[in-house]
Amino acid sequence: MIIKPLLKAKAELTHGNVSKCPVVLSTRIRLARNLAGHSFPAWARPEQRREILSGCFELAGDVTSLKRGLRFDIGELSDLEKKILYERHLISRELMSSREGAGAIISRDQSCVVMVNEEDHLRIQVLRSGFHFRRVWRTIDRIDTGIEAKLPYAFSRELGYLTACPTNLGTGMRASAMMHLPGLVIANQMEKVIRAVNQLGIAVRGLFGEGSDASGSIFQISNQTTLGESEQQIIKRLSSVLESIIEQEENARQKLFESERIKLQDKIARAYGILSNSHLISSSEAMNLLSLVRLGLDREIFSEEYRANLDRLLIECQPGHIQYSAKHLAESEERDVLRSAYLRTEFEKIPEPDFGKIKRKRTSKD
Amino acid sequence: MGKALKCDLCENQATVHLTQILNNKVHKVDLCESCAQEKGVTDPNGFSLADLLAGSMSEEIETNSNDTICPICGYTRKDFRKTGRLGCPECYEHFGQTVRSLLDNMHKGTRHCGKIPTHVQEHLSYREEVSRLEEELQKAVEAERYEEAAEFRDQIEEVRKSRDKAEKDGR
Ligand SMILES: [Zn+2]
Ligand SMILES: [Zn+2]
Repeated sequence: MIIKPLLKAKAELTHGNVSKCPVVLSTRIRLARNLAGHSFPAWARPEQRREILSGCFELAGDVTSLKRGLRFDIGELSDLEKKILYERHLISRELMSSREGAGAIISRDQSCVVMVNEEDHLRIQVLRSGFHFRRVWRTIDRIDTGIEAKLPYAFSRELGYLTACPTNLGTGMRASAMMHLPGLVIANQMEKVIRAVNQLGIAVRGLFGEGSDASGSIFQISNQTTLGESEQQIIKRLSSVLESIIEQEENARQKLFESERIKLQDKIARAYGILSNSHLISSSEAMNLLSLVRLGLDREIFSEEYRANLDRLLIECQPGHIQYSAKHLAESEERDVLRSAYLRTEFEKIPEPDFGKIKRKRTSKD
Repeated sequence: MGKALKCDLCENQATVHLTQILNNKVHKVDLCESCAQEKGVTDPNGFSLADLLAGSMSEEIETNSNDTICPICGYTRKDFRKTGRLGCPECYEHFGQTVRSLLDNMHKGTRHCGKIPTHVQEHLSYREEVSRLEEELQKAVEAERYEEAAEFRDQIEEVRKSRDKAEKDGR
């Protein structure tokens, strides 16, 4: 298995210990870049694609953060390996189904990925756990400048970085945050939030599913437009939208715990009960229940030290990861059995919910 | 009774009507059942109005413009209309009019104001330097300060030479 070293290594997303934020799970920036004088990947002939791939591996791979990274041609990977990388947000669906002459370089800690011959020649991505746009921008800016010194980019003074699709022109930048919004989902306010945010040119999509009731209540929020603003302006605008969503999420939670405390405590306790005792659990049920436990953790119903465990489980409960641990392409029902077994052992480590703190918090406030 | 709406992408009757707000502008799209399916409109995540606009709007422009193929990569305007993507960076020169007509609906602005690659920046600062000197030269000539003018001429020559040398050295 080619990607084995990645699964063994401590990854930013599964083991990141940068200051954790209850609402923002991770921040990510990706840049679309193309090489001057070459057809875009979808239109390039196979030999041109191979030439670009090997050139990028040699030159982009020489940039400091990627030097010791794992590099592979997508054709070398099994379907399961591709699925796992996709579930970890390391490669895109487009690269997964790519024809020959495409690949990726993934840094050791998996915080930086360069996809080659996806929609554009280069898709550079940097990811950090928590809410850290400025830091992520500084890192990716440095990597981008490093690559640019070796590979001349297609650029126009008027349209900026030239991309295969005009929707990425200008900065070629997509900045996104993964947000956990159970409060807004339970309070039925998500649809309203999505509509308001869309009007500001910001896109919202469910991470594990569609629409406003995405399983796990995890949403990816990103800028829709890339031309006409600088990278800093886009990040500033996106950040202020994120901050207002965080505030609304916190308000929604506050209200829910005031008006429907028993109902919510019941939901969280049941989620813990099922995750520690089930024998058959689908990925979307697992996501929803893990999301409730995570909500409980934010209210100190579970101890903070288990936050990293929960965030890791949200990734590891996806089908590809379960199949990997089963060492074969398990069928859906078998996966559900394996998933529940895995969750049972993981939840043995997490102590039962303690609702006392919520009450104490209330009385100390009064 | 009003006339039945025609699909924006083909000749069939439109049964799917969409309104999306992008950058504070309201966009209405009417589609027939099969085009809606094909464009992934039924799946709210897979659906991008920008792609759809690229498909329907470039058609209007095509008729009053003659450049239909990129001489560098052979991509055609028809390909662009079908995929919403371009063939190579040069395509932006050749299909510039078509692309520019879409940008206003797609983005916050139509001019790049972000990062500039280092090699472009160096080139720009050279051009800025030359045009500044040329302006000074012009002023000096107009004021009949010929000694000064000669100095500016030498400076321009020097900047040009150093750039030519840098280019030869592979920078
Ligand atoms: Zn139609
Ligand atoms: Zn072209």
